[in-house]
Amino acid sequence: MNSLNTKANIKSPDEFYAELLAVHEGLSKAESDALNARLILLLANHIGDRQVLSEALQAARRKD
Amino acid sequence: MSKIFEVPLYPYQRSPDQDARAPVRHKVVVVGAGPVGLALAVDLAMQDVPVVVVDENDKVSWGSRAICFAKRPLEILDRLGCGDPMVDKGVVWNLGKVFFDKRQVFDFNLLTEQGHKRPAFINLQQYYLEQYLVDRVRELQAEGKPIELRGGSKVLDVSQDESGAELTIDTPDGPYRISAEWVVACDGAASPIRTLLGLEFTGRVFEDNFLIADVVMEADFPTERWFWFDPPFNRGQSALLHKQPDNVWRIDFQLGWDIDREKELKPENIDRRLKAMLGDEISYQLEWSSIYTFQCRRMERFREGRVLFAGDSAHQVSPFGARGANSGLQDADNLAWKLRLIMDGKSPLTLLDSYDAERVHGADENILNSSRSTDFITPKSEISRIFRDAVLDLSERYEATRPMVNSGRLSVPCTYDGSPLNGPDCAAMPERTRPGSPMVDAPVPGGWLLDRLGSAFHLLTIDAEAPDTVSVDGVACQRLALSTSDDHDGYLRQRYLGNAAAGVYLVRPDQHVAARWDHYDAAAVKAALGKAMGR
Repeated sequence: MNSLNTKANIKSPDEFYAELLAVHEGLSKAESDALNARLILLLANHIGDRQVLSEALQAARRKD
Repeated sequence: MSKIFEVPLYPYQRSPDQDARAPVRHKVVVVGAGPVGLALAVDLAMQDVPVVVVDENDKVSWGSRAICFAKRPLEILDRLGCGDPMVDKGVVWNLGKVFFDKRQVFDFNLLTEQGHKRPAFINLQQYYLEQYLVDRVRELQAEGKPIELRGGSKVLDVSQDESGAELTIDTPDGPYRISAEWVVACDGAASPIRTLLGLEFTGRVFEDNFLIADVVMEADFPTERWFWFDPPFNRGQSALLHKQPDNVWRIDFQLGWDIDREKELKPENIDRRLKAMLGDEISYQLEWSSIYTFQCRRMERFREGRVLFAGDSAHQVSPFGARGANSGLQDADNLAWKLRLIMDGKSPLTLLDSYDAERVHGADENILNSSRSTDFITPKSEISRIFRDAVLDLSERYEATRPMVNSGRLSVPCTYDGSPLNGPDCAAMPERTRPGSPMVDAPVPGGWLLDRLGSAFHLLTIDAEAPDTVSVDGVACQRLALSTSDDHDGYLRQRYLGNAAAGVYLVRPDQHVAARWDHYDAAAVKAALGKAMGR
């Protein structure tokens, strides 16, 4: 069974982060929220694995 | 109290040039006796190129300013004869901690690679570097090298034609004029030379202010770089604590854009901030404080006819990543040997186009990295802050987002990929030493590889035959013959051979790789040497 990969897994992380912010540039908060929702749904579909998605949801929810 | 930065090191003295009927002609005039100008002048003088440095002041710079020096600049300073005092005096560090709100989210280790003479980083106040460079100037003068340092000499005007440039220099005795085949402006971010020539300096302004406080205190904080995002003692902003020699600690507080500078600089306000950060019981002396803002920008090109720009005059970055002084020293390193070849008549003027191409490439890399750090430290929109805080939040528990935490990407040397001076590569060899890369140090019999190279072209052979000298039109390239049979820890093989059985490296005077092969081929080496000379 697959589990959520929480090890660093993105090549050129600075470049990715800059691209992530750039895609939000010029949007209102509401537009950014909507973009993020679409992004989550696309990425979730790409992952597909229900177990992994559940673990990701719990990891994101967890807050000290 | 007499501190190092209060003693005049090169007080104004009247020069015979001031009594000459016509402007006296010099080979190279360097404007600005900061780290970059002094390093360039030392480099030129060591190569017997006559050089005059002029500066409106006569002391090292006030306050600690640049404090982080990376391995490559230390190697350059080794070549110039100043590496030892830097490393002896400096504080070596490897560890960093990142805090978010009230908690530590992670720590990092620069994981210094073994098999190098110099550490990954040292912290040292800029004025020490300037002092060591001035000491080196005096040493060279005692050896009869052609180097002169004129304090109290402020450039008022500059003009140029195809053969050189003329400067008007103001002094306590009034102005005089000198001319030079080449002028190098190392006169800082506010470069008067750049302004006098009406050249543009464009880029991004960051709307933020940072308070630097250098404090002397006996403290038992470890020798680590501590960085806080949004700490309770500086809400919504960041802070940095880093150690320098002499019990001096660099403390940086991000202040935001709308601030009252005078109020923030009042000792009682700095005291309030320091106590909120370090506790009420601390006792310290404030050595230096300053508020700075910054921009990320560069000149369109670093050469304007007979005037060249190096260091902050040519490019400016945010301080996160220690990419200012470190990159300026690499400018000087890149420029000195090219000027010498041109003045010796060995290379065409177009060799200087490679200075522009290579160092613009370096500046762009530094601007990109330091802009990204700044965007992380100072999120410019609500959504940026949400992502930034999410990255930090997750980093405490998961490794996944730690690589995105950006409190400064520390200076690494630039590889001149695509440089017009690069020759052939050999696919079986390691990527890190491809043409354009700075040579990677390694232990060799009796010392260190980079110490064996000096400031000339070299042909490094590893388990390969080659003649002792290869020359192209009077420019000699000396062979340095090494063998893997002496390479007990495998560093040479790992860094220079990879899957190749033998290696032949053509190394530039600035210790960058020009070309490499797995065997010696006279015609190929000569062609690559010619290319590296800009022919």
